[in-house]
Amino acid sequence: MQTAEKKKILLEVDHLKQYFPVKTDSVFKPKSYVKAVDDVSFHLYEGETLSIVGESGCGKSTTGRAILRLDEPTDGKVLYSGQNILDFNKKEMRKLRGDLQVIFQDPFASLNPRQTVKQILNEAMAIQQVVPKDKRLERMLELLGYVGLPEEALDRYPHEFSGGQRQRIGIARALAVNPKLIICDEAVSALDVSIQAQILNLLKKLQNQFQLTFLFISHDLSVVRHISDRVMVMYLGKVVEIAEKKALFDSPHHPYTKALLSSIPVPNPTYSRERVILKGDVPSPIDPPSGCRFHTRCPFATEKCKMEEPALREINRNHYVSCHFAEQLFQ
Amino acid sequence: MSVEVKTDRSVVIKQSMSQPKQSKLKDFFSVLMLNKAALVGAVIIVFYILIAIFAPLLAPYDPYEIKLENKLMPPSGDHWMGTDDKGRDILSRIIYGSRLSMGVGFAAVFFGAFFGIIFGLVAGYYGKWVDSIIMRMMDVMLAFPGILLALAIISALGPSLINVTIAVGAFSVPLFARIVRGSTLEVKRLEYIDAIRSLGANDVTIIFKHIFPNILSPIIVQGTLRLATAILSAAGLSFLGLGAQPPSPEWGTMLSNGRDFLFSAPYIAIFPGLTISILVLGFNIFGDGLRDAFDPRMKK
Repeated sequence: MQTAEKKKILLEVDHLKQYFPVKTDSVFKPKSYVKAVDDVSFHLYEGETLSIVGESGCGKSTTGRAILRLDEPTDGKVLYSGQNILDFNKKEMRKLRGDLQVIFQDPFASLNPRQTVKQILNEAMAIQQVVPKDKRLERMLELLGYVGLPEEALDRYPHEFSGGQRQRIGIARALAVNPKLIICDEAVSALDVSIQAQILNLLKKLQNQFQLTFLFISHDLSVVRHISDRVMVMYLGKVVEIAEKKALFDSPHHPYTKALLSSIPVPNPTYSRERVILKGDVPSPIDPPSGCRFHTRCPFATEKCKMEEPALREINRNHYVSCHFAEQLFQ
Repeated sequence: MSVEVKTDRSVVIKQSMSQPKQSKLKDFFSVLMLNKAALVGAVIIVFYILIAIFAPLLAPYDPYEIKLENKLMPPSGDHWMGTDDKGRDILSRIIYGSRLSMGVGFAAVFFGAFFGIIFGLVAGYYGKWVDSIIMRMMDVMLAFPGILLALAIISALGPSLINVTIAVGAFSVPLFARIVRGSTLEVKRLEYIDAIRSLGANDVTIIFKHIFPNILSPIIVQGTLRLATAILSAAGLSFLGLGAQPPSPEWGTMLSNGRDFLFSAPYIAIFPGLTISILVLGFNIFGDGLRDAFDPRMKK
């Protein structure tokens, strides 16, 4: 990987907040919110793959949906090529949507069961007006070729395909509008391991071919290790650690990242290692802990952690951690 | 220990197509065929529809022709269902009446479904205050007993078959709206709706092209079951003198007419009554069968 400074920033997320109101038992009680994403900032370089990892409910998918404005964020900025897309009106947003695409988790829910592959791809091109009508068929066949589906697939309905094939259709639909950034929201989590590998390799191939930027959301660390350039770890709506893949996997600085990485199974029965097992459950995001959100489960928590929220700071080059004691704990 | 294989060549995996599974429509019919009762219902409905279409060919007499010398004749070879107090052939009147009674039923359900579907889609898709306002309005309509609502509408518009259609249809609106809203909420959160939104489709496209076709099954079931009730309500309102007016051979009107001769010539009321009952039964059991056939848990 080249030095990050030389790279162009494609997308910048600045203090993004996504709160969802919760119904309270009484009308007299103050309204409470699920703080699904709470003050998250990061940026994406052009052409890279940034993965967001974390347990379910940590806000990784919500972050992706907020960037796409599928759910309107509560606060913050999303800068795409320097412009805040949260200020865009409907027309500007529609135009922009051609650049930002998404691949979903469930290949059985992400395609309209009543549309053939041809209709699905045609509609994508028609909405974004990327290809003139008479050239669309040609383009569709080209797209099927890119994702490794036969031409006969065009006139079939989604239920006639396997999970992996459907995911390829989803990828073809995303590619149809010539996007620059694709958000892969658990794109391979619902697939068999062997199919996962195929789809991951396909994504890598397409990334090289079309200079795509990926925001790869996953809970599967081995998948993340395979595909990412940089990795961002989230816990309870907050960024815990961001670093280049190698740095993160080799020298995690945050106690949560350490615990997370130690949970990766190793296919060697004689290998023994230090396993960090966290106590307790993830606290509720409705009323998150004070100070560092991880202090209730952190084996190294002190009084300071309970009182003071740690800022995300750079401890090494391009390695950001939000822990008061990152340096001490690493030694 | 993990093994990673690296190649310089790009890996191309050609996917083979699996054989197409049995189509959904075929699936649907096979389940429907297994349900004997639904089949009987379907046969009854088709039989009635054919009668309505070919009424002029089937009816042995003019349904309006008054022949006083033939009045109150019991069923016989000439008049299979007898004649009424003005000498009109009851069979012919029932045959022609099928056009009126079924026409009112279909029109009322169509009217109710049309508005109910739109209200339900809009309420379910937009949610929040739009949903609250629409659904509270529907609740108000549901709070009225059906016949009272119909009476109110007819007393405002005047008694006629068209107004009966509107009245019966209006009562169906909230029922359709509820079902459509529920299904819309369910389909709305599926990922393909998000996918099409992230492509930049507008709300009208999403609602009518992507949500509506996927919530058709409950609408069809509800529509079939509503047809039974609509025909019954329309006949009931005509019986009360609020719908079709006397010379017309609407079944409810005929029933009302036969009421005066229940002891001397019971067949005047019995045959139209039976006709209504059988048709309503047909729609009900067919509707139940459809519901089972659409239910994915019934699939083999």
